[in-house]
Amino acid sequence: MNDTQTARDRILEPTDVTQEDLERSIDDLLGHEIDFGEVFVQNIRSESWGLEDGIVKDGSFSVDAGIGVRALVGEKTGFAYCEDIRREGLGDAVAAARSIARAGKGRQGTGYKVASVDSMYGPEDPIAALDEVRKVRLLQRADQTARAVDARVKEVNVRISASHELMMVVASDGTVGQDIRPLTRLDVSVIVESGGRRERGNAGGGGRRNLDDPATDAWADNLAREAVRMALINLEAVETPAGPMPVVLGPGWPGVLLHEAVGHGLEGDFNRKGSSTYANRVGERVASPLCTIVDEGSIPGRRGSLSMDDEGSPTRKTVLIENGVLKGYMQDKLNARLMNVTSTGNGRRQSYAHVPMPRMTNTYMEPGESDPEEILRSVQRGVYAVNFGGGSVDITSGRFVFSATEAYLIEDGKVTAPLRGATLIGNGPDVMNAVSMVGNDLALDGGVGVCGKDGQSVPVGVGQPTLKVDEIVVGGTQA
Amino acid sequence: MDVTEQETELKALVADILAEAEKQGADQCEVSVSSDEGLSVNVRKGELEQVEFNQDRGFGITVYFGQRKGSASTTDSSRAAIENTVAAASNIARFTEEDPCNGLADASLMQTEVIDLDLFHPWTLEPDVATDLACACEGAGLEMDDRLTNSDGASVNTQQSVRVYGNSHGFLGSYIATRHGMSCVLIGEDESGMQRDYWYSVGRNQEDLDAAEDIGREAARRTLARLSPRKASTGTYPVLFAPPMAAGLIGHVIGAISGGALYRNASFLIDSMGKQIMPDWLSLVERPQLPGQLGSAYFDSDGLATHEKAFVDSGVVASYVLSSYSARKLGLEPTGNAGGVFNLDLDGTARDPAELLSGMGTGLYVTELMGQGVNTVTGDYSRGAAGFWVEDGQIAYPVAEATIAGNLSDMLMNITGIGTDVDYRGNIRAPSILVSEMTVAGDGSG
Repeated sequence: MNDTQTARDRILEPTDVTQEDLERSIDDLLGHEIDFGEVFVQNIRSESWGLEDGIVKDGSFSVDAGIGVRALVGEKTGFAYCEDIRREGLGDAVAAARSIARAGKGRQGTGYKVASVDSMYGPEDPIAALDEVRKVRLLQRADQTARAVDARVKEVNVRISASHELMMVVASDGTVGQDIRPLTRLDVSVIVESGGRRERGNAGGGGRRNLDDPATDAWADNLAREAVRMALINLEAVETPAGPMPVVLGPGWPGVLLHEAVGHGLEGDFNRKGSSTYANRVGERVASPLCTIVDEGSIPGRRGSLSMDDEGSPTRKTVLIENGVLKGYMQDKLNARLMNVTSTGNGRRQSYAHVPMPRMTNTYMEPGESDPEEILRSVQRGVYAVNFGGGSVDITSGRFVFSATEAYLIEDGKVTAPLRGATLIGNGPDVMNAVSMVGNDLALDGGVGVCGKDGQSVPVGVGQPTLKVDEIVVGGTQA
Repeated sequence: MDVTEQETELKALVADILAEAEKQGADQCEVSVSSDEGLSVNVRKGELEQVEFNQDRGFGITVYFGQRKGSASTTDSSRAAIENTVAAASNIARFTEEDPCNGLADASLMQTEVIDLDLFHPWTLEPDVATDLACACEGAGLEMDDRLTNSDGASVNTQQSVRVYGNSHGFLGSYIATRHGMSCVLIGEDESGMQRDYWYSVGRNQEDLDAAEDIGREAARRTLARLSPRKASTGTYPVLFAPPMAAGLIGHVIGAISGGALYRNASFLIDSMGKQIMPDWLSLVERPQLPGQLGSAYFDSDGLATHEKAFVDSGVVASYVLSSYSARKLGLEPTGNAGGVFNLDLDGTARDPAELLSGMGTGLYVTELMGQGVNTVTGDYSRGAAGFWVEDGQIAYPVAEATIAGNLSDMLMNITGIGTDVDYRGNIRAPSILVSEMTVAGDGSG
């Protein structure tokens, strides 16, 4: 295997399955009365190493390969998959998936065209890029850096993960897509202790890129220092005031608010079914005119980026909300067909064993004109939230929640005491309408986002400039 | 393939993998193999939406060279894949460092009996029968009220699995199990907007599932009850956790007395053994070998025998939750909990849930929690909540966009009541739990 081989050759060569077999499977699917048939072949190799108590104590390697087969008729989906890439399993999966529709006149797929897309990342295997000794050293380096920052650091956990995915998709609409996708990630978590009080700090990052980079050591050092910084700040944190108040969200990762408050509600499936609070509202004002929100899978090297989605559609920049007005939804092929639009390259699946759905890639708000300092100065009393643990949303009511892991009180326009355990809760449309200032400091996150939907996880990116929301309910212990 | 043939085949596979590991020079080795197959059918608005056939198989191996460890897994069980996977795990173990706590549990602790826990009750379910059931479930819900304008569908699923674990001590154990479920998600709408809620039933035996129509109607009742929510009052109030939410609360306690959190100093319950963490009328008891239950197991994922025990006895921590690795890290004996807890009950004087409600005065009855605001290092707890505002012991109106906050140490000591309404749908079998005091945030009245 070498770097010039295509994904197709790399996946199929070691197996008894050929591209002709995949095309024949499409013909077999079309033997029943379906609208669309698809075969998705995938091989993912992953590796991860963990350090704890100052020693690299575990490592694991996995290979997951299989074929997912989908048959669509109207709003119905028939789905089956087989583990291992074998002709026999493929045949069984085809028979199961097409059973959703009656047998009909034999038809054949035609016009197969290999999709040509711009590559958002290189084909190199990030697992092989650093040898084992260098990976172990990198973990040890992060551990030593964290411990050297402050004597109050008691525990350090470091984990490095890399995966190399080969995918290929053939569909009855003539699609032949193939992609080679690297993904890397480094996480540092520390526990600090002082005067009987313990706090945790985390930092992580990565993307669809390689680790064999001269800047990798400095990156590991920065993550280690960042984790310690956050933990030490939390040692000083005071009780969070509870109730509605102005909230300033920092740039970068706090964009998870957009992901929850807006992004999920703009996925095509929920809007086709009318179950989203944003359903049937294209052209309406759904946010403050200061807000322009986009989803962009086509940014080189980001965690949420893809050269093509899992249905073989090229990724792109999709404007979701422009100056506060709802412009459109994120679509996969099924929902695009049923809603009479085209796919936006957002058809993603966790693996061959899961069905594709409309999913986000990198979702962010375009920068505005305010100076971030001026935004903070404008707040009499409120919360400045700069890091979050994660969030969730109920797309029907629009309610979302997320939990700050680093937040501060704002008093008379100044950032003062750090706060512990601040939770923000609100309603997507209400909060987006309450955005009153947007900073000029757009930043994307460091590359740690994992988005869950219907039991499927996919890597995503988020981003935003500094934002001021006039009122969000803050959950704290101080009533 | 017949399930007992599958079990025999997987046992042979485990033996092959163990032999390969020995051949490649591993001092110790452990292998898990699983094979699952099932069917899941979703309908929406009375029409079939998705039929999914799943068939999963894979194995994972951990090898020890002295006290260095490496792991690998794959979905391929061919001879070549076995050799490659053992080699990949062995290669990793060449580069990991010595950890004195690494290695299999003591051979003397392995489960020696084979116990039939009555977990296998296959359901021969054809897609069209499943579709009819799911339609009946959704239909019974939707027809209850005109305000139920939409649906996110109903689903019926059945799964059967074979799991085999073996290690180089000669232990080889297996489980054959089934799990069936039915669920429904409905959407209601009135002038204040849309709300959703759901209900589900799950069991080892299809006969244990609630009737399809009852599941749909319960989803309908819950959705209708949430329409036109208001904000909660900001202040300090009692909070009643409905059973599925209370299970989460108990889960945080289990997380905090688990070996992994303890040896990493990442728990608010460090050094809590022998100390009181709950009122003395409450105990947390694990009953792993109950027949037919969702969390039942007779050996844990280290191969150790499980046994009934109290983690919290009359309010006092009586046992941590330990695997053989975390036990060694802490200098304690393993508790047969590698892989977690198996059927956990909160034992204590239970009251009728209506009585709990009427006794709480004014406060919040929580039926949904959102977000991840639980810090197990400090015990700080701050989550999004929805449910019902309670006034003078009566449900007054639905509440959304509230937060509840406190510290888990205080919340546990402030439990003043538990209900008779135990939810048996999970591994943690929780009743309603009343906490006398938490900070609730919603409107600006605080």
